[in-house]
This record gives sequence, C-alpha cells and structure tokens, in this order.
Amino acid sequence: MNIYVLLKKTFDTEEKIVVSDGRIEDDSAEYIINPYDEYAVEEAINQRDEHGGEVTVVTVGDEDSEKQLRTALAMGADKAVLIDTEDDLEEGDQYTTAEILAAYFEDKEADLILAGNVAIDEASGQVGPRLAEKLDIPFVTTIVDLSVDGETVYIEKDVEGDVEKVESTLPLLVTCQQGLNEPRYPSLPGIMKAKKKPLEELEIDDLDLDEDDLEPKTKTIDIFLPPEKEAGRILEGEVEDQVKELVSLLKDEAKVL
Amino acid sequence: MFDLTREQRMIQKMVREFAEEVIQPEAIMIDKEAKFPEHIFKQMGELGLMGIPFPEKYGGSDGDTISYAIAVEEIGRVCGSTGLSYAANVSLGASPIYYFGTEEQKETYLVPMAEGKALGSFGLTEPNAGSDAGGTRTKAVLDGDMYVINGEKCFITNASFAKTIIVTAVTGKDDKGKNIISALVVPTDTEGLTITSNYDKMGVRGSDTAEIVLENVRVPKENLLGDPQKGFKQFLYTLDGGRISIAALGVGIAQASLEKALAYAKERTQFGNSISKFQAIQFKLSDMAMEVELARNMLYKAAWLKDKEKPFTKEAAYAKLFATETAFRSANQAIQIHGGYGYMREYEVERYLRDAKLLEIGEGTSEVQRMVIARQLGC
Repeated sequence: MNIYVLLKKTFDTEEKIVVSDGRIEDDSAEYIINPYDEYAVEEAINQRDEHGGEVTVVTVGDEDSEKQLRTALAMGADKAVLIDTEDDLEEGDQYTTAEILAAYFEDKEADLILAGNVAIDEASGQVGPRLAEKLDIPFVTTIVDLSVDGETVYIEKDVEGDVEKVESTLPLLVTCQQGLNEPRYPSLPGIMKAKKKPLEELEIDDLDLDEDDLEPKTKTIDIFLPPEKEAGRILEGEVEDQVKELVSLLKDEAKVL
Repeated sequence: MFDLTREQRMIQKMVREFAEEVIQPEAIMIDKEAKFPEHIFKQMGELGLMGIPFPEKYGGSDGDTISYAIAVEEIGRVCGSTGLSYAANVSLGASPIYYFGTEEQKETYLVPMAEGKALGSFGLTEPNAGSDAGGTRTKAVLDGDMYVINGEKCFITNASFAKTIIVTAVTGKDDKGKNIISALVVPTDTEGLTITSNYDKMGVRGSDTAEIVLENVRVPKENLLGDPQKGFKQFLYTLDGGRISIAALGVGIAQASLEKALAYAKERTQFGNSISKFQAIQFKLSDMAMEVELARNMLYKAAWLKDKEKPFTKEAAYAKLFATETAFRSANQAIQIHGGYGYMREYEVERYLRDAKLLEIGEGTSEVQRMVIARQLGC
C-alpha cells in the first residue's frame, strides 16, 4: 500500500502562549508533532507493517519542520516530504494548505492518506476533507478503528462519544481521533536510522504553483487570549439563603438567567 | 560544542517523555517497596536504551557517550533507582565486554545486553577491596581448561537480575611479586555461585544490590576478559566510563531538585508573598541553577572527550565529583525550601537526597575522585 500521512507541527502543549501586537510570539517556542497527527503516523506504520508498502510523511511548513518529520521517520515512517513555503507565502489558511497538498498529490498514487482529526493550534479540521474533495476520493473523519481487507476498508468513527461503523474503499482519506492507537516512542535505533532516511524538500515552484493561486480565503481580524479565569466564590450561610444568593448572582452578575 | 546534535535532542525528548510517562508514576513505589522494576527495564530494552553506546552489529543503537549520558540524566531525573541500575548495566555490565571482549564474547554476552534482553553486572567490590583493587582476595586458579573461582563480592548492582557477572579475581603474580588481577565472565546459572540481596538501603532502594559468594565456580578459560596481564588497566578504563554515567545521574537528580524547589517556591505563599520573592530562597535557587548547569557542562565535556578518544580520566573524575556533590546539595536545599513538606515522601525531594548520597559513594567515593584528580595533577 502507498500510505501517506499529513503532518503539521504545532506548539508544544506545555508552551505558554504570548500574544503581542496581534501576533502570537513564536520565537522561542518549542514545537511538537500535532498530537492527532501522531495517531496518523502510528496507524500508517501499523497498516504498512500489516499490508506492506511504504509510509510517506508530508508537511507544509518551514525549514524547522524537518525536526518533526525526522521524529516521524524515527517512529518508523519510510520517507518524508517537506514543502517549504516560508520564502514564498506571507500567509495562508486551510485553503492554501489543501491547494498545495492537492498539487503535490496530483501525480502520486496514494492508496491511503491519514491526517489528524484537527491540529491543536487552529483546530479547523478542514485540510484533510478539503484535500479529499480536490482529489475526488472518499474521506472519513474522526476514526477510532481502521482495518483494510483488499479494496474494502472497515472503519469505526467517533460521533460525539458514540461509534458509527463505516465501510469504504481505497483510495481513501481518513482523519484520526484519540483512541485509535497509542503512538509509540521513537526507539533509539529508529532515531539513529532516521537521519539516513530520504527527506525531499520542495517549494511551491516545484509544484507549479504561484503565490496568487494560494491566497487565503479567510481573514484574521484579531488574535487575543481568552479572559483570565477569576477566582471562584464560595457561598456561605443557610442553604436556602445560598440558593437565593446564587439565583440573584446568576441573574444580575453573570446575566445567564 | 555548545549545542546538541539533532539526534541527541531527539533522544533527550524521547527519554524524557518515556521517563515522565512510564517511570515517574511508579517512582515513589519503587523506592518505598525497594522493588527492582523489571517491567520498566523490559520497555527500556525495547526502546534500545540499553545499547546506546554500542554499534549496530552488536545489537546497539550506534549512539555516542553524550547521548548515553543524556539518557541516564533523564531517567535519573525521575527515578534514581532506575537510573542507577540502567547506568550500571550499560557502563559496568556491558561496556567491559565491548571494550575488551573477543568477537565471540561480544556475540554471546554483549548482543543480548545491548538488545535489552539480558542484564549484566560487574563484581569488583569485596568486603576488603573496592577502589583499592589491590586488596582483591577472590582467586581464579587454572585447572586444565577451566578457571576455578573462589571468593566473595559485596554491594554488586543488578547481580540478582543479571545473566552474567564480570568478576575480578587474582589469577597469579607478576615479576615483582604483585598480584595480577583479571576479569572473568561468569554466567549467573553457574554452579557454586550464590547471589543474595538482603541489603536494606538508605537510597536507590529499587536498584538491586547483592552479595555474591563464589565457591569452586568453574568457567572455561575462554571466559577470561581481555588481556590477562592488563586486567587492572581495564578496570580503570571501565571505571572512568562508569564515572561519566554516575555524573549524569547526579545531574539528573540535581535538575529534579531544582525543578521541584522552583515550582514549590513560586506556589507557596507566606507573609503575603510567594516565597520565591524572598532573597533567602532566591539565592538558594540561583546557586542550584548555576551548579546544575556547571555540572552538566563538565559531564558533556567528559563524555565528548571519551567520544573523541582523548584522555578523559581527570574530566570524568571532575564531573563525577562535582555533579554528585551538586546533587546532594541541591536535594538538601530543595528539602529546605519545601520546609516540613519536603520531609515527607510524597513530595519526593527527601528521596532525591537519599538517592544522591549513594552517588557520593558508589563507583569511587568523593575522596577517591579527589585522589584520582591529584594523581592526574602529578602529585
């Protein structure tokens, strides 16, 4: 099977986000593989080990994205592709990324494309489905189980806590939800071998794309942090008085009643 | 020199995640129950941690000494017991076979250790001999094609769980009438070998420590390790390497002490302020942070010299001495900053102190490190 994984680097979940001048400061930030994309990498490796074939990890990012790609290679992926847009694109959105990926996949024969359910930074969950539409292949989002039998694919999909069973065919794009698998730690031999695995670097020119074709379809109006959580209040006194006070607070102060 | 390679960073990240997710939740129990965490060692083996500094053809991961030191630091940061058993397995159990073993010995003994399928142990210390290896009384006498070994070893890390023990023994006398000390590989299922671990220790309680009695233990003469005349030099080289790993463990415990103390100081409020705003606490934290960084720099330098195949005896002693004393001081100050809470097991810093104390003793006491340094200075 020709298996591809769409991977994005995101802020480390332990990172403190700082916003200044309407921009997120990322100078000293630590980046990780988007946690949902880790499920995709793990699943791709498992499917390859079961059915044979090759796992290629693709990212649209900048030169620093190599780190996350190498980690995926250390986990066991076979090849990596870095589409570096840093010099060509000022800004982009899900449309931009999907267009670039569609151009990349134009001459590929992908059997299975795996992506994360969402990226934990912008959480749009759009890139996977948009790409599938462009490639005119079926897609299933938020999967928690996947088995491939010939051309038929059996999927369990998370629907708000319930499970929906879906059958589809290859080629197919899926997005991965928590619970699909337990991503492995890259092993030591894996880490040492990762540096020798092929990593192809491309720019939008190589994909016959032009900056104008990739203009984002969305505009960012403002970036701000959520309001700081204020300390809670504990009501005291007789239960009856507490209830009265609570109702009046919900009415007058919180204005939710 | 002042930056890690991409592989070293990846190893650091992987081992840190593994240590925090798998070892950390068990660290208090490992100490309390003094139980060697076999299942954790199995996972560490599967990740290739046991084979970091050995080549691929011997089942290793082809990493360098700096990568290995980073791994020991990260494991020691969450659990001194696991860190010590790990360091002893690689530096003392496996390394001598890699450095001095024949091709056949490497195939037989090193490969399973590097692949994490077997643990190894190094039996040097005796009731009357340790750093003073000249006092070794265990004897190995050649009888036909077999060595017959008799003697006693004490404080041997990992022995109860090891598949092989490298045992030092007197095999004869040189021209000047001085004892020749050699090393022999003894499989632990050999008849006449008794291993008991009854020690009730102050710290590193989850790391196995055993007494070994050898009574007419017979091993083939091919089990002699390395040059029979240069046994002593071999231990010195082995111990130099071991010191790097103990230094790494010290850096790990010191780092953990700093992190716990800093987090607590920021969160604890007294006299209307978080105690991290008080100069008395700030100065402690500043000293800890500085010493941890200095210890780590010395550790990396010693490891780097070893990787470059340059002399590193003095630097390994510097690193071991400074890092382990830093670990003890940092753990002590971490308890002090925690006040009464720090004295409680739940807060973990008291364990750091107990674990750190061993590091000032094992693989050459602080005093022996100073002797090693003085000798290097030409005293």
